[in-house]
Amino acid sequence: MGSTSAENSSAEGVGRRDLIKRSAALGLISVPTMSFLSACASGGGDDSSGDKGKDKGKGKTSKTNPFGVEKGGKLDVVVFKGGYGDDYAKAWEASFDKKWGTTSAHTGTQEITGKLQPRFNGGNPPDIVDDSGAQQIKLDVLFKNGNLLDLAAVLDAPSIDDPAKKVRDTLIPGTLDPGLQGGKVVALNYIYTVWGLWYSGKLFKEKGWEVPKTWDDFLAICKDAKSQGIGGLAHQGKYPYYINVAIMDLIAKQGGLDAMKAIDNLDPKAFVGSDAAAAAIDAIYEVVEKGYLMPGTNALTHTESQTRWNQYKAAFITCGSWLENEQLKQTPTDFDMKFMPMPSLSGDKLPFEAIRAGSGEPFIIPAKAGNLPGAQEFMRSMLSKEWSTLFAQKANSLTILKDGVSDGVQLRPGTQSTVDASKAAGDNTFNYLYPNWYSEMDVSIQNASNELMSKRIQPKEWLKRAQAAVDKAAKDPASKKNHRD
Amino acid sequence: MRKGQYRFVAGFLLAPLALYLIFVIWPYVQTIGYSFTDWKGQSQTFSFVGLDNYKALFQDDVFMGAIWHNILFLVFIPVITILLALFFAFMVNAGGRGRAGGVQGVAGSGFYKIVYFFPQVLSLAIVAVLFGALYRSDSGGLLNGILIKLGLVDADNPIEWMNEPHLVLWCLMAVVVWHGVGFYLVLFSAAMQSVPRDIYEAALLDGASRTHTFFRVTLPLLWDTVQTAWVYLGIIAMDMFVLVSTMTQGTGYGGGPDHHSEVMANVMMRNFLYYGKSGYACAMGVIMLLLTLVLSVVTLRATRRERIEF
Repeated sequence: MGSTSAENSSAEGVGRRDLIKRSAALGLISVPTMSFLSACASGGGDDSSGDKGKDKGKGKTSKTNPFGVEKGGKLDVVVFKGGYGDDYAKAWEASFDKKWGTTSAHTGTQEITGKLQPRFNGGNPPDIVDDSGAQQIKLDVLFKNGNLLDLAAVLDAPSIDDPAKKVRDTLIPGTLDPGLQGGKVVALNYIYTVWGLWYSGKLFKEKGWEVPKTWDDFLAICKDAKSQGIGGLAHQGKYPYYINVAIMDLIAKQGGLDAMKAIDNLDPKAFVGSDAAAAAIDAIYEVVEKGYLMPGTNALTHTESQTRWNQYKAAFITCGSWLENEQLKQTPTDFDMKFMPMPSLSGDKLPFEAIRAGSGEPFIIPAKAGNLPGAQEFMRSMLSKEWSTLFAQKANSLTILKDGVSDGVQLRPGTQSTVDASKAAGDNTFNYLYPNWYSEMDVSIQNASNELMSKRIQPKEWLKRAQAAVDKAAKDPASKKNHRD
Repeated sequence: MRKGQYRFVAGFLLAPLALYLIFVIWPYVQTIGYSFTDWKGQSQTFSFVGLDNYKALFQDDVFMGAIWHNILFLVFIPVITILLALFFAFMVNAGGRGRAGGVQGVAGSGFYKIVYFFPQVLSLAIVAVLFGALYRSDSGGLLNGILIKLGLVDADNPIEWMNEPHLVLWCLMAVVVWHGVGFYLVLFSAAMQSVPRDIYEAALLDGASRTHTFFRVTLPLLWDTVQTAWVYLGIIAMDMFVLVSTMTQGTGYGGGPDHHSEVMANVMMRNFLYYGKSGYACAMGVIMLLLTLVLSVVTLRATRRERIEF
C-alpha cells in the first residue's frame, strides 16, 4: 500500500527513473535533428584539412624534385576507364613507384561521380583524378566549391626533358585553355583532340568522291549518297552533344573567333542577331530538310550510330578524335578512317583548314589531396616525353606535349589524318569553353539542336532558344568569373 | 504486462529504432536542411537561402512538367497493369470452361503462369537494354524492322520511338507494364486460390457468366490484394528513374526529347550531380517525398472498402 516511489521501481516494472533514462537516450539521437541546419554546416567534411594536406608528405625540394616528394609515400590515382582504357595509367604508376618508392593505389572506373562525390564531400579526395566520361564531376561545380588545386606550380616547374624550360612552354599552344576556371588553370586536359567530320577513305574511293571543301560540295556528296541508298550525315542523336560540334564549328568558321567568343562570353547577341549563327544553323537545317540524314540517326546512341557508319550506312559522321580508338573493334580493317574539317560556307572568316582543336580528358589535383607533392610530381611526369609516349602506345592517341611521341611509334590511319589536319590548320584552331563553364546552358542548346535535327523546330526558333540559354547563364551570379579575350 | 517486460521489449526495440533514426529519418532531415541552402554538392561550404529553392522550383517549367508526367504515369500504370494482371489471373485460375461443376483455368494455365513471371526475373537495367533494341530508331530496331517489312513505315523515315514527344511516355509505360504484369498475375493468382471453390461453384450453378463471376465474386474478394498492388505500382510510377535515365534522350540522365519524358527523379539527379545545384535538388527531393506521402494516403483512403469475410 501507499505511494509507489522511484525507489521500488525494480519491483514494479519500468519505473519513472528508467523511463527518463531511456527517453534521454532517445533524445541523444534526436537532438541533432533539432539543430540540423548547423549540423549540415559542420556535418561531413573537415574543411581545414586542406592546410594539413599541404604539409603532409612534403620533403625537401631540389631541382629534380621541385615539389619535395618524400620517398616511400602513398599516391591515390583515379582514372576514367573509358575509350582510352586505363593501361596507360598503370604503366605510369609503375614508373612513378619505381622512381619514388611510392605505393600507388590505382582505381580505373566509369563511375567517377558515384565514387568520388562522397570523397570530395567528406574531405578525403584522391591525389590525382582523370575526371572524364559521362559521369564526370563537372569542373565548374568542383571549382566553385574550391576543390581544385591551381596547377600553376606544376606548369611553372622545370620540364623533365629540358630543365631549362618551364613545363608550360613544352605544350601545344592553347591546350591549357579548356582547364581554365576563373582565370586559373585548374584542370590539365591531357589528350590532344580535334573535332570535325569523319569518313571512310575506302568508301570515298569506291564512289569517286573528293573531300568536300565547301558546303555545296558536301551537300552534293550527301545527295549522291542518298541516291545510292546511303545516308549522308550521321550523328549520335541520343546525345545531341555531337551535332552541336558540327553546328558550333560552322558558327566559328563563318564568324571567326569573335563569333565563338561571343558565345563563351555570354554576349546578348551570341545567337539572335548574329549573322554567323544564322548562316550556320540554316546550313545544318538544309541537311535535315533535304533528307540527307542517315535514317533514324536522331535517336541512336553513339555506338549504334558510329557502328552504322562503320558499316558504310552513312558517308559522314561528326565526332572527336577518340572515335578511332572507340570503334577499334567495329571498324573493318580496310575502312581507312579519315578526318576532315567542317566544309566552308560562303563568306567564312576562317579557312577550310581551320579546325576545332583542343585538349580533353581533364586531370585534376584535388585541393585537399593527401599527397600534394606526389600528385604534382606525377602530373609533371605526365608531361615528359617518356610518359607521353607510353600514353600514345597504350591508348592510340596524342597528348598535349609538343612532339610528344618518340619517332618509332606507328599511328593508325585516323590518328595519322588528325596529325595531318592539325599541321595543315597551323594556328587556325579554335575551341569552345562554354560546355565546361556553363553545363546548364550547354544542355539547353543540345536539347534545341535535337529538336532542330528532328524537324520539330525551325532555325529561327533554334536561335531564340540558344539565346535564351545564354541569357539565362548570364544572369547567374557565378558566371562573372569566366571571361576570355 | 508482467514485471520487467517493458524493459525487455524496450531494450530490443532501442537498437532497431536507433538504426531507423540514423539511416532513414536522419537523411530525410538532412535533405530538408540542405533544401534551404545553396549547397553545390562537392564540399561542405554553403549558405542559407531560406525558401528560395522552393520558390524557384515552382517556376521551373522542367520540374513542373516532370510532376505532370509522374501523375500521368500514376494514373495509367496501376490501372493498366492491374487490369491486365487481373484478367490474366482470372483466365489462368477460373477462366476455363467449367466441366461438371469444376472451376479451373484455361488450358495450359500452369505454363502461362511461368511465362508471365519471366519479365519479373530480369533487372530493370536488362529490361532497358532489351527495349532499347525493340525501340531502336532505325531499321535495326525490332518494331521498325517489322513495320518496314510490312510496308507500313518508310525505311528512310523510321519511327524514332524514343525521339517522338507524343510517343515517348507511352513507350516507357509499355515497358513498366510488361515488366510488372507477371508479378501481379502471380500475386492475384495466389489470392484467387484462397477463395473457396464453393463460392465459384455456387455462382456457376446459379448460371453466372464468366464476366459476372469476375465482377461479382472474384474482384470483391481480391480487393485487399488489389489495394496493395495499387500502392506498390503508385510508388513505381512516382519513381521511373532507371528507365528514363537509360532509355530516353538527352545529356545528364535523359528526359528528352526536349524534356518530354522528364520525371521528378531524373530532373533531381541532373540538378544534383550534373548542374551542381544540389541544394535545389534537395528541395525537389522534399517535394517528391511530400507528394508520395500524400498519394499513398489518398490511395489507401480512396480504395477503402468494407472487408468481406469468407
